[in-house]
Amino acid sequence: MLDNLQLFVDAPFLLIQVLLDGILFGAIFAIAAYGMALVWGVMNVINIVQGEFVMLGGFITFQLTLWGIHPLFGIPVAAAVLFVIGIALYYGVIRRVVDKDMFISLLATFGLSILLQQLMNQIWGGDVRTAQSGLGTWFLFDYTVTVGQIKVVACVGALILGLILIVFLKKSRLGQAIRATAQNPRAAQVLGINTDKVFAATYGINAALCGAAGSLVVMAYSVHPYIGLPYTVRSFMIVIVAGLGNLPGVILAGLGLGAAENFAAFILGAQFQVAFVFCLLIVILVVRNTLLRRKRKYLK
Amino acid sequence: MNGRGQIILGIVIVAAALAAPLVFPDFRAQIAMLWVMVLFALTWDILGGQTGYNTFGNILFFGTGMYAAAVFQRDGGFDYFPGLFIGMGLGALISVALATILGSMILRMRGHYFAIATLGLGIAAGEIASGWDYIGAGSGMSPPLFPGAPGVSYIFFGYLFFGLALITFLLLAWVYRTRFGLALNAIRDNEDKAEAMGLKTDTYKIAAWMLAALFLGLCGGAAGNMLGFIDPRDTAFAGATFGVWMVLMAILGGKGTLWGPVLGAFVFHVTQEILWTHLLGWQRVALGLIIVGIVVFFPQGILGWARTRWPKRFGHRVETS
Repeated sequence: MLDNLQLFVDAPFLLIQVLLDGILFGAIFAIAAYGMALVWGVMNVINIVQGEFVMLGGFITFQLTLWGIHPLFGIPVAAAVLFVIGIALYYGVIRRVVDKDMFISLLATFGLSILLQQLMNQIWGGDVRTAQSGLGTWFLFDYTVTVGQIKVVACVGALILGLILIVFLKKSRLGQAIRATAQNPRAAQVLGINTDKVFAATYGINAALCGAAGSLVVMAYSVHPYIGLPYTVRSFMIVIVAGLGNLPGVILAGLGLGAAENFAAFILGAQFQVAFVFCLLIVILVVRNTLLRRKRKYLK
Repeated sequence: MNGRGQIILGIVIVAAALAAPLVFPDFRAQIAMLWVMVLFALTWDILGGQTGYNTFGNILFFGTGMYAAAVFQRDGGFDYFPGLFIGMGLGALISVALATILGSMILRMRGHYFAIATLGLGIAAGEIASGWDYIGAGSGMSPPLFPGAPGVSYIFFGYLFFGLALITFLLLAWVYRTRFGLALNAIRDNEDKAEAMGLKTDTYKIAAWMLAALFLGLCGGAAGNMLGFIDPRDTAFAGATFGVWMVLMAILGGKGTLWGPVLGAFVFHVTQEILWTHLLGWQRVALGLIIVGIVVFFPQGILGWARTRWPKRFGHRVETS
């Protein structure tokens, strides 16, 4: 552990390398997190399937490359397929738990996550998959820092997706309906908004976002049926730290989480990266709770 | 069900349980596992059903007990049985300590934050265990071999788990009638009011979790020995199987009742054992479907459903008009 720290002193460029990798990775978390914040804010459901949506988007893109299609086309395809799946899941399951106790919806989405995880395992097997994008690598600072171009593409793609979503929520009719429902579902209903449809659209959009994020993940990194849950937890953490409906906060928290995680993986060893994510979750929750208690706001 | 009916039913179950491993020698492993399931559901219900704090992380104590016992048996230098029992005790002790420390931090959270925090706990424990060389890291640990014929170990562990489950059940039956049990129910029904009435809710919640941790720790220590191999993610901290099953069994039977978790464990385990062999490779897909199905369509559980169907049998007064 200390040896790894010593490395930073010996080779300061490593610091840049680790930081850069982390930030590029973090942009993808931010997208999934924004989707989670959307569903949480509008429907009051914590969507544990989030990570599986990301993985599914990745696998769909991987399947396209098997058919000889360039993975970049996987972004719209995965988003479209996931949108349909999201709507179907909403009408099949989520709709029935949306007005129940939050634990019920939590458990229902947890069940869905196991279901999707195992279906992916049955269809694509338990191997780690990546899709080759055919892009090269940039070398910076005399070949001491390497940046995969696809990672930059993924990061920029994630930011563009976020931008599209903001414009959609601000300008379009449906976006306005979604925001109105988030503020007050009853009042929205009184004003003639079909909240059921808004919920369906919100859930579908969230799934589509995750699908697009997943195809970025499969190009720049890798997917595996069983690593969905860490993505869910990362989204959850980012949302808690940033707060609902705070997009700049979500992006910053996402980038920060990516960087922190990458440093932790470098210092502690890669086998502890996921453990770090989950421990950080608990630390964040405990700190949040302590701060809220101090302000006497913990009753909510 | 009145008191006498419960006692007769209890005696019948105890007699059947004592006879079962001898009558069905082919199913000894499954019968032993059944009592583990009953223990899972009962201990989950202490906090999840009676107190209204739904945890996903009780598997933490099971795995801790498992590893503690196995490490003690490896490094303690005792014979098999003293080693096993001291190891189980040690595992329970560490589990209770963990429940106290972690509980005093995360049991102050409310609702879903608590649920997610416990989910994180269970998985974090599995990840740490699979990276920690002292306890075998990702390749797991093998507890010492049971002395005696292979079939005998299942008889021994079957009765051990039955004994543990019985003690847990009787203890809980008593606890739920005391002031302590009432306090837990008060926290479930309205924590703010309970606090305003002067109950030290944090203390009660932590004590409830310690109780669950005690029995899960003991159960884990013995379960590791029975299974013969400890895998950090698939047996010890198996959040996706045992960890969810606990919740599912308690809900299926009817959470917040004494008999519900027992009933749920029976129904779930038997269905699972019958179905699983026909579903090669698709078991976990089926599990996901079962979870969604139960949670969406049957959240009140068997006993909850029976209670609304025949309220008089449960001692509820029904106004007839």
